[in-house]
Amino acid sequence: MKRDVFQAIADPTRRAIIALIAIQAMTPNAIAENFHTTRQAVSKHLRILTECELVRQEQKGREIFYSLEIEKMKEIDEWLEQYRKIWETRFKQLDEVLKVMKKQKREG
Amino acid sequence: MNMEFIIDKETKTVSITAEFDAERDLVWDAYTKPELLDQWWAPKPWASRTKVMEFREGGRRFYAMVSPEGDVHRWAVQKYKSITPKTNFKFFNAFADENENLDLPGSDWDLNFIEQDGATKVHISIYNESLERLEKMVEMGFREGTEMQLNNLKELLAELSPAKETRQ
Repeated sequence: MKRDVFQAIADPTRRAIIALIAIQAMTPNAIAENFHTTRQAVSKHLRILTECELVRQEQKGREIFYSLEIEKMKEIDEWLEQYRKIWETRFKQLDEVLKVMKKQKREG
Repeated sequence: MNMEFIIDKETKTVSITAEFDAERDLVWDAYTKPELLDQWWAPKPWASRTKVMEFREGGRRFYAMVSPEGDVHRWAVQKYKSITPKTNFKFFNAFADENENLDLPGSDWDLNFIEQDGATKVHISIYNESLERLEKMVEMGFREGTEMQLNNLKELLAELSPAKETRQ
């Protein structure tokens, strides 16, 4: 199943998980201690985040540590930034059109 | 032109506020008349071409963003749901093919126009069922390499524009 990366970060628990593991890699148990929810629920969130390639897993001894894929988060910000730029350009163009309209109105 | 741009991932809403140094009647016309809309809607070097526009409740605008080379047409349809003249209008926006077959899901747009001391504030809120769709909207007017062209344009406009002493 193809995951929508914004579905992943639309969930408040998943956003909290992202904030936690952004600071340091953590095991699912350590992550679960921060939430009033079951270990199973946290595992499910981690699975979704993994499928979205927002987190990566690393085996250390018997434990699995989850950490954040910073690059993937950057990708999101980059295209949001492009979207903002589109509007900036669009509005600059609108400014120019309005300027001409004002002039025409004064002269008409 | 001051712009505030907020993407709320939780509510899947993009919120844009901008103020223009013109009275509300003019800004309203620029948003609702095809010949004016086509002059600014597409970020250059793309062009906006409106094929059909019936600005009334239940009406629609069927238009394309056309690539600089003129070979790529990205069609979209905006269906007007409600119109309060000079104050507000709402439409449902969806991408489409050249025969107006919609590519769902789409987004819901809500545009508000407020006049203050001869200037006009426009507030736009865009609700996307799927935020992944935003990605398509980015692609629609913007491709790799165009950023440089946009910057060139910005400089050109700055050179051409007279001193903006009346603006903030």
